[in-house]
Parts: sequence; structure tokens; C-alpha cells
Amino acid sequence: MNPIVLAIVVLVVLGLAGGFILVLAAKFMAVYEDPRIAQITDCLAGANCGGCGYAGCADYAKAIVEDGAPTYKCAPGGDKTADAINRIMGAEESDRPSLRATVLCAGGENCGTRFDYQGVQTCAAAAAVAGGPSACAYGCLGLGDCTRACKFDAIHVVNGVAVVDRSKCTGCTACTAVCPRGVIQMKPIAPQPAVKCSNRDKGAAVNKICKVGCIACGLCVRNCPQQAIFLKDNVAAIDYTKCNGCGTCVTKCPKKAIQWVEGAPRPIDAPVPEHEVL
Amino acid sequence: MSEQIATFATIFFSMILVNNYVLVQFLGICPFLGVSKKLDSSFGMGMAVIAVMVIATAVTFPLQIFLLDAFALGYMQTIIFILVIAVLVQLIEITLKRYIPALYQSLGVYLPLITTNCCVLGVTILAVQDYSAIVQESGFGLAFAQALVCAAGAGVGFLVAMLLFCGVRQRVENANPPESFKGLPITLVAAAITSLSFMGFGGLVENIINAIL
Repeated sequence: MNPIVLAIVVLVVLGLAGGFILVLAAKFMAVYEDPRIAQITDCLAGANCGGCGYAGCADYAKAIVEDGAPTYKCAPGGDKTADAINRIMGAEESDRPSLRATVLCAGGENCGTRFDYQGVQTCAAAAAVAGGPSACAYGCLGLGDCTRACKFDAIHVVNGVAVVDRSKCTGCTACTAVCPRGVIQMKPIAPQPAVKCSNRDKGAAVNKICKVGCIACGLCVRNCPQQAIFLKDNVAAIDYTKCNGCGTCVTKCPKKAIQWVEGAPRPIDAPVPEHEVL
Repeated sequence: MSEQIATFATIFFSMILVNNYVLVQFLGICPFLGVSKKLDSSFGMGMAVIAVMVIATAVTFPLQIFLLDAFALGYMQTIIFILVIAVLVQLIEITLKRYIPALYQSLGVYLPLITTNCCVLGVTILAVQDYSAIVQESGFGLAFAQALVCAAGAGVGFLVAMLLFCGVRQRVENANPPESFKGLPITLVAAAITSLSFMGFGGLVENIINAIL
């Protein structure tokens, strides 16, 4: 046979055989996929930012259809996307508690240092040196890994502690992922009090190292009219499903460790500004 | 018998250390630099590459001997191997999705990426180059087994290179290189030094295995 013809025949036959095998495989080993998953993926922002807590847009769409995940979690897409998803799912409009990054530390200049750190100026590097330079083993290191991770210019280090600008924060969670101390957490968007401390040591130890650390005295727990506060690991924690933002805890806290989530950390003696009181 | 074991062990370990595809033969540099940022993703990629290399060699080696060599079509090698590898990867993906969804999830995007990985094509072609002569000497079975061991060693070598470089890279990320070196330049320099260290393994494996057996 002519070698050129032979070559063409061999290639065509191999190609056809491969195609045929794939067609058969796709047919016999097909996995049924809900068509709504593809539709929802199209509605989502498509940035694969992971702000919803899933590994990308397609994964979130799958979770909505298969596991009944909430439809409002796409932060970049906003209400428009949530409405579109609700239309596809035929679901009623649901509550949409958007989350924003909140730094659970008010330390900074209120917190002492254990040693003078002169190394690479990133939180990740500093945290790796002998447990970190700050006196508090749980608090913000203030070297700005979160600032560099933020694509929206929404988090900055002010007086040695990271502060979120909630008007710019989109809730993408890039900063929460990068913080080596894990002091940035997602909290509801409404102006509510937050326990700005993550220190799990006993009160006496906290008292020595930080002017604004939670000493787990329990005053807030006893005084909260909604019973929304409880103590866990020597830190107060607020249950935001119960909190109505009355601000009793903010005024009661003797260490000013519970603060309104917006704004820079205050010195311990400064009065709560009027615009932050509900 | 022990001679055979020695041959196989030599092939396997020299593919990992002496002829490491990434660090010594410079194949598959793209995934090596692209996926080595995180330990778990480099591990996933490495495992996927091992599986695809072995299966691809298992199919292309007989194809070369019984089809291409038999009909004097050696010049079609590249295009046919690419075709076969592409079909294989797709087939593996479909099968995994159906039967082992957990593994499919963890391999994720790396499996289709391998379709165009020159490392896999390199293994299949070099296996044919190195072991087709053995077919005439001592039969197809032995040559085929050696080619498979070679492919498995190449895959493990890829995994080792990925994991090692992942560690190097995390160290580099925390260092503070000059502004113009940040990012890819310093990564390439680090890759070059890692590769240099693998040059030191030349001739080592054969001597060690001969000494043991």
C-alpha cells in the first residue's frame, strides 16, 4: 500500500477508534448532572473567589442544587445573583445576612511585645519566629498580610492592629484565609458589637499583656438582655442569631474588649463616640 | 533472577534521581512551576501524572512495536502518541467520575491539564527509544515490563521533584528578594539550583544497587 495512504488510514482508524471508545464511555458511564447546576453557574459572578465558602463558582452551584445551600452567598454577585438563583430554584426569597470581615483583636498599641522583631515584615514570617513577637499569642501582629491580600483596599493596619473598612469590604474572605493568627472572622454586616479579642488565656494572664483583652469576667453574659453572649475558651462570644445590637455589652465591658465593629480601636478610657451608639 | 531485580531497581531509581524528568531532562516545567505553590495541589498533580504515565506507556509501547514499527510508520509517532494520550486522559476522567468520585474531586483540574503535558509524551517516546531494542534481544514481555517500570519511576520522580520544590518555594516566599527578582525570576533561580543538586546523583544509583545485590 502507498505509505501516505497507509499513514492516513492508520491515523483515521485510531482517531475514530478513540472517539468511539470515548462516546461509549460517556454513554455507559454518564453521571447524571442536574441541568440547574450549569444554569446557576452561569448566574454566579464567575470570579471563583471562594467568598461563598466553596471551592469556586461551579462547586457552590452544585451545593445549592444538591445540598440545598443558601442562595445568597455570592458576595460579588449580590442581590441580583441571589434573585436569579432563586428564580432557577423556584425558591422563595430568603434572608440574606451578608458577612463582612471583622478583626477580633483590638490590641495593637494596647498590647505589649515579647521581643523586638527585625525579620521579614510579614505576619506569616513573624508568627513563625518563636510564637510571634507580640505579647499576646492570639492577637493581630499588625504587619499587614491581610492588607496585601485584600483586592478591595478594605483592610488597613491602624495603630498596630488591622481594621476593616466595612464600606469597601465585599466579604470575599481573602484576609481571613491569609491571617496566620486567624483573628479575622466573618461577622454579619449590621452594625453590631463584636468581641474584639481572641485570647484564650485566663483573665489574669490577659490582664498583664493587653489593655483591651477579654478577661472572661462574664459581665456581658449576665447583662445581655437577649442572652446572646456566652463564654467559650475564656473569651466572650456573641450569638448573632440572637443579638439585636442594643449595645449593652459595649457599655458594660470593663476592658472595652467588646466594641462596635466599625472604626479604629479606642484607647481604653475614651468614651464611645455618639454615632456608634445605637 | 537477582540480576533482573537489579535491572528493574536501577531503572526505577535512576528515573527518580539520575534521569529525573523535571530537574535533569527539563520536561514538564510548566506544571512544575505552575502547580508547586501548594503542597496538596502538587501532591494531587504528582499522583495524576504517575497514573497517566504508566497507563499511557502501557498503551503506546505495544502500539509502537506492533503497529508503527511493523508498518514502518515510525515518523507518525508523535501525532499518534498525542492522540492516544488525549483519549486516555479523557477516558480515565470519565471512569473516575463514575466510579471513584472522591478521587476525581481531589485530582480536579489537574487530570485534564496532563493531556498536553510534555512530560507524559516524553516518557512514552523515550521509553520506546530506550527499550524497543530489548524487544529483539529478549522478547516483548521483558521490554514491556522495563518500559512500565521506567514510566512509573518517571512519575514518582515528577512527584518527588514537585514536593521538594514546593518546600523550596515556600521558603522563597517568606524570603525578601530584591524587587526585580520577586515572583517568577527568583522561582526560576531556585528551580535551577534544585536541578543543579540533582546533577549530583549522576552514576550514583547504579553503583549503589550493584553494591547491594
